[in-house]
Amino acid sequence: MELTLWTYEGPPHVGAMRVASSMKDIHYVLHAPQGDTYADLLFTMIERRGQRPPVTYTTFQARDLGGDTAELVKKNITEAVERFKPKTLLVGESCTAELIQDQPGALAKGMGFDIPIVNLELPAYSKKENWGASETFYQIIRTLLKDKVNEIDKINPQRWKSLGRRPKVNILGPTLLGFRCRDDVIEIQRILSEQGIDTNVVAPLGSSPNDIARLTDADINICLYQEVAETSCEWLKRNCGMEYTTTIPIGIKNTINFINEVHEKLDLPLSNQEELEHKSKLPWYSKSVDSNYLTGKRVFIFGDGTHAIAAAEIAKHELGFEVVGLGTYSREMARQVRAAAKDLNIEALITNSYLEVEDAMKKASPELVLGTQMERHSAKRLGIPCSVISTPMHVQDVPARYSPQMGWEGANVIFDDWVHPLMMGLEEHLIDMFKHDFEFVDGHQSHLGHTATKGPDNKEDEHARNKINSQKKGNVIWTDSGRAELTKVPFFVRGKVKSNTEKYALSKGLPEISDETLYDAKAFFG
Amino acid sequence: MSKVDLNKETGPREVFCGLTSIVWLHRRMPDAFFLVVGSRTCAHLIQSAAGVMIFAEPRFGTAILEEKDLAGLADAHEELDRVVNDLISRRPEIKTLFLVGSCPSEVIKLDLATVAEKLNSRFLGQVRFVNYSGSGIETTFTQGEDGALKALVPLMESTDDEKLLLVGTLANNVEDRFKKIFNNIGITNVESFPPRQSTELPKIGKNTKVLLAQPYLSDTVRDLKHRGCEIIQAPFPLGVEGSTKWILAAAAAFKINELKVHEVIAPLANRARQAIEKHKEILRGKKLFLLPESQLEISLARFLHNECEMELIEVGTPYLNRDLMEEELNLLPDDTKIVEGQHVEKQLDRVRASNPDLVVCGMGLANPLEAEGISTKWSIEMVFSPIHGIDQAADLAGLFSRPLKRNEILTSKSLATH
Repeated sequence: MELTLWTYEGPPHVGAMRVASSMKDIHYVLHAPQGDTYADLLFTMIERRGQRPPVTYTTFQARDLGGDTAELVKKNITEAVERFKPKTLLVGESCTAELIQDQPGALAKGMGFDIPIVNLELPAYSKKENWGASETFYQIIRTLLKDKVNEIDKINPQRWKSLGRRPKVNILGPTLLGFRCRDDVIEIQRILSEQGIDTNVVAPLGSSPNDIARLTDADINICLYQEVAETSCEWLKRNCGMEYTTTIPIGIKNTINFINEVHEKLDLPLSNQEELEHKSKLPWYSKSVDSNYLTGKRVFIFGDGTHAIAAAEIAKHELGFEVVGLGTYSREMARQVRAAAKDLNIEALITNSYLEVEDAMKKASPELVLGTQMERHSAKRLGIPCSVISTPMHVQDVPARYSPQMGWEGANVIFDDWVHPLMMGLEEHLIDMFKHDFEFVDGHQSHLGHTATKGPDNKEDEHARNKINSQKKGNVIWTDSGRAELTKVPFFVRGKVKSNTEKYALSKGLPEISDETLYDAKAFFG
Repeated sequence: MSKVDLNKETGPREVFCGLTSIVWLHRRMPDAFFLVVGSRTCAHLIQSAAGVMIFAEPRFGTAILEEKDLAGLADAHEELDRVVNDLISRRPEIKTLFLVGSCPSEVIKLDLATVAEKLNSRFLGQVRFVNYSGSGIETTFTQGEDGALKALVPLMESTDDEKLLLVGTLANNVEDRFKKIFNNIGITNVESFPPRQSTELPKIGKNTKVLLAQPYLSDTVRDLKHRGCEIIQAPFPLGVEGSTKWILAAAAAFKINELKVHEVIAPLANRARQAIEKHKEILRGKKLFLLPESQLEISLARFLHNECEMELIEVGTPYLNRDLMEEELNLLPDDTKIVEGQHVEKQLDRVRASNPDLVVCGMGLANPLEAEGISTKWSIEMVFSPIHGIDQAADLAGLFSRPLKRNEILTSKSLATH
């Protein structure tokens, strides 16, 4: 048993939902009680999706447990297939259904449908979300391609030459609720097409079972996010010889390495090697004099494996920071993160406890934190600027604007996102010069106003109360009941309520403001 | 009883489980901790519903069951013991610890009552342990509060003092307003359950008159009755009408002259009606479809029809307790279609077919319906906002007029919809 106040990853069936919701023409029947439907809001609220996830929850209740929950599963499968007419059906269970062992996948296979059925067995008591996404993607590919891979010859990555067409690749791994996946895909496709390389299929994001069935038309696979796609890429390599890339194109150096790796695998000559350095503004911005102040800034990094490792690389080699902490919650990638930390002469932090991360952050006393939304909150409490580099997703991590992490534009985005929370170079200089002037406010950190939070809400309330008491009251007097009522108004609208009430009292010629006046005014202004 | 059209439906649902109620219960009782004994799904559900990241350390958490806990229950009990010990040494300020059962803990029959009993004797005088189930196989959304309150009833001492007991979590400012109004009409001994401190439980007995502030407390009401409390029959205090009848019912139970009550609340009711007016202009004649979630749907439908003149297409409710809802059902127009339970797909078919102006639904459905061009209001907002009482009636109406008003603003500029 593990005490958890907050978790970086959801259960494995949420990973399966990420894959299912990313795809078209697919439906997922999940044997689960009603509460599990909360997962829909991750997609509809965080990603602002205008469609419901393609998931049917069997919604079994306590009274069903004595009876035939298997019949309930079959009824839901029948209804879902009839209503949604999927081209492939995923069937699985969440934590509670795993305990009652109805084996919904096996049941579904015995129902005589003429569509492929993927039986998802995702152990809820030992695995987590990213593992669930990876396993689901792999099982879909295996189910839809297992016959085909036996029939076709091993795929030679250089076959495009003899086939008389441009080289073609698959981009594997992007999903909904993955960090900036939507924009990374666009950026990578743009980079590849510049090099004369076509995209065969992007999956899971935006693909259908038909697309999965033609994955083997490509010459190589691009494994864009190891957490989701590595198992699938390995299977395709083992069973049909498809090579896959392992460089993650985040940062200038690794974008160039990635392009080189793709070209080597395809045996395609790279014509514009020297141009590549200038595709992004990051190298020049980092070199320009204002960036001098970035030198040796202490940075603490925590996130999923892919983004944490990439961030450490960029921080050290492309921005000249000093990495004072590196860690991940992705146990599957602990080995790689440890290796990256070792190169930096620090010890990696592998944990699922945000309190441990906060402790490590405190001890490392960084000047910048690169982490998840949770580290953003921890850093805020400690008064340290922070930029978010990794899942778990928050509505802010799905910006309206184009905002990739990968490729050239990704490097531009990263420069801005990491440097802006810090004090700008010239600004730092000026503050240092003027800090003894009386106008100078102690604790000033940047133009964005990062300051340590003042503490818990009740202190803020007390502060507000004092402020109400001490302020000049103009021509009207606040009675005790009026003042008491005003302190109960949420602080963010308190000022407005106060001024409205005073305006109201003045207009009515009232000498005093009681709690009743406050409510009169509230009704008056609405 | 008015002749409402009662229907039942079963099938796949789109409703939260009872664990979700921890989100407001922990705020109501800041000296309590809610420990869910469950899976990673439970932990993920609560953090997704509650925006946990804003807390340095929240006062709720999950003891996540792992494979080895499933192998032997004896070990699971021992493990839970260890987790509780850690928690208490880390959080010495906790006065009451709720052990909250979940779907998996219910299915493996983890005996939380026995665990709580053992812990109670060990931490005697330091921390109190109570247990209840918030599992989704037994409870929906707001029903979790019913379980938590029911678990506290045995800890409430007895008294023969006459008092009015308001039952069900209210926002603190709303509670203060109600107490003031009751004082003004002459009911001076008014207490609330749950209290603001878990250790300050009100005493109850045969002279306790219970006035329900929330409609989802069937089990708690039953246990309070067993303790001799009198249950006051009333609609729920949403809107001017509901709140007025609610206050009048309490006054009648205390044998207070109705005229006296009207004297106190008439000015409040008048200004509230005026404040509702501008929302009514937007809501009047608009077609409303309520999907089941918070259990407040019937009271909301009554308010939105009777006071805001909306047209009711269908009123969903997760379950229907006819005894508790009788007064509300009487106030609904004849032939109001009430659907207990849910088949979410069939219900959405009916939503589309009936072309409503506004749908009240959960967060999982809101954006998809908006994308189809149907305005929505999330029901979860009803349990987080102060909506009870006469003074809040206009705010309550405002929750429903806002999406319609916004829709009008945006469509008049003919922005594209997605």
